[in-house]
Amino acid sequence: MKKTIQITVNGKAGKVEVEGRTLLVQVLRDQLNLTGTHVGCDTTQCGACTVHVDGRAVKSCTMLALQAEGASVTTIEGMADGDRLHPIQQAFSECHGLQCGFCTPGMIMATAELLRRHPDPTDEQIIHGLEGNLCRCTGYVNIVKSVRSAAQRMAAR
Amino acid sequence: MYDFEYVRPASLADAAARMAASPEARLMSGGMTLIPTLKQRLAQPTHVVHVGVLDELRGICRDGDAIAVGAATTHETVAGSAEVVSAIPALACLAAGIGDPQVRHMGTIGGSIANNDPAADYPAAVLGLGATVLTDRRSIAADDFFRGLFDTALEEGEIIRGVRFPVPLAAGYTKFPHPATGYAMAGVFIARTPGGVRVAVTGAGNGVFRWTQAEAALGAAFSPQALRGVALEADRFSADIHGSRDYRMQLARVMAERTLGMMHTGAKAG
Repeated sequence: MKKTIQITVNGKAGKVEVEGRTLLVQVLRDQLNLTGTHVGCDTTQCGACTVHVDGRAVKSCTMLALQAEGASVTTIEGMADGDRLHPIQQAFSECHGLQCGFCTPGMIMATAELLRRHPDPTDEQIIHGLEGNLCRCTGYVNIVKSVRSAAQRMAAR
Repeated sequence: MYDFEYVRPASLADAAARMAASPEARLMSGGMTLIPTLKQRLAQPTHVVHVGVLDELRGICRDGDAIAVGAATTHETVAGSAEVVSAIPALACLAAGIGDPQVRHMGTIGGSIANNDPAADYPAAVLGLGATVLTDRRSIAADDFFRGLFDTALEEGEIIRGVRFPVPLAAGYTKFPHPATGYAMAGVFIARTPGGVRVAVTGAGNGVFRWTQAEAALGAAFSPQALRGVALEADRFSADIHGSRDYRMQLARVMAERTLGMMHTGAKAG
C-alpha cells in the first residue's frame, strides 16, 4: 500500500511515495539518489547507514520511511558547505581515518552526534560513542585520532 | 520484507482499537527488534501499529517512592534523566549500556520488556528492582511478568503503558557483553530494598530469573564474600556455542561479585 509523505532531507523539503515496508535508507539511496549513506550489514550492527533524524543519529536501515514522516533528515551529503568539507570530514581525510571508505559516512555522522554531546571527548568517550559503527580496515586507531582532531577544529572555529 | 500497513495511532485507546480490529497486527515501539524480524521475514503482520509515537507513553516522573517510566521512553532518555540518575543511578547506567548510541536513540523500555529477549538488559532491572509493569488493562508485578524465552504475561493486543520502579536503598548492574554482539552473556542486577535483597540474572539462561540463594545470603551479610559457595541452579542456565553452562554459571557469579564490589565502594554502579 503506497503512501505519499513529506520529508526534509539536507534542508530540502520534498515528497516521496513509500510502502509500509520501505526503509528510510531505501528512500535516501533509491529515490533521492543520496548514495553516500551506505548499507553494510543490513542488520543494525555496522552503522554504515547512520544518518540524523531530527538531530539524532539513527541507523536508517532499521527505520521505516513512514517513521520519518515530517522529520528533518541529514545525510553525509548535507555535511559539507558547498566545496568546503565539514571539519569532521577534513579531520578524517587528513588523519587517514579511513582506508576503503565504506564505513566513513556512517562514522562521520556518528562522530557529529558524539561531538554534539561531548565537544571535548576523552578517548573512552570516543570509543563508547562509536560503538555502533564498525570499520573492517583500520583498526580504529586513526578513526579515534580523527575524532580528536575534529573536536579541536570545531572548538577553534 | 513483506508489505504491511503502517498505522500511526492517535492515542493509546486508538492503538488498542486498531490491535483489536486486526488479529494479525503487531505493535511497534522503537522498532529495534521488530524491524530486523520483519526484514528476515520471520513475521508477516497485516498492520504495524506504532505506539512509539504516542506522547502519553513517553516521559519519566517521580511517583511517590517510585520512578515511573513511560513505555515509549528511549534508552537514551532514561540514561540521561536527572530523576533516574539521582534516584536509581544503576538504572540510568544500565540504559546507557544497551546496544549502541544509534540503537539507544530508537529503542524503548516498553519494547525491550515486551520482547523479553533472554539477553536483554532491562528485564534484569525490572525483575531486580521488583518493578510493576503497567498496561492498558492492568498492573503486573515483575515476578509474574517474565515467563521465559521471548514470553511474557501480556495478552493478545495488550499494550504496556510504562514501568514503575520502586526506589531501592542501593542497586547495581554489571554485565559481561558478548564481544561481537554486545548482548549480555551474563548480567546481574542487585537491589537492596526495604523488603530485602533482590538478585536478577539475565543473558545466562532462557530468560531473566532471580537467584534466590544469593538473595538469602546477601540478606544475612551484604558483601561480595557472602556469595562464596552459594549455589546456583544449573537448570536455569543455558549452553550454546558461545559458552557452556558451567562458563555462564561462573560468569553470573563473577558479575554478581563485581556488582557488589561497586555497590560497596560507592563506585558508579552499572
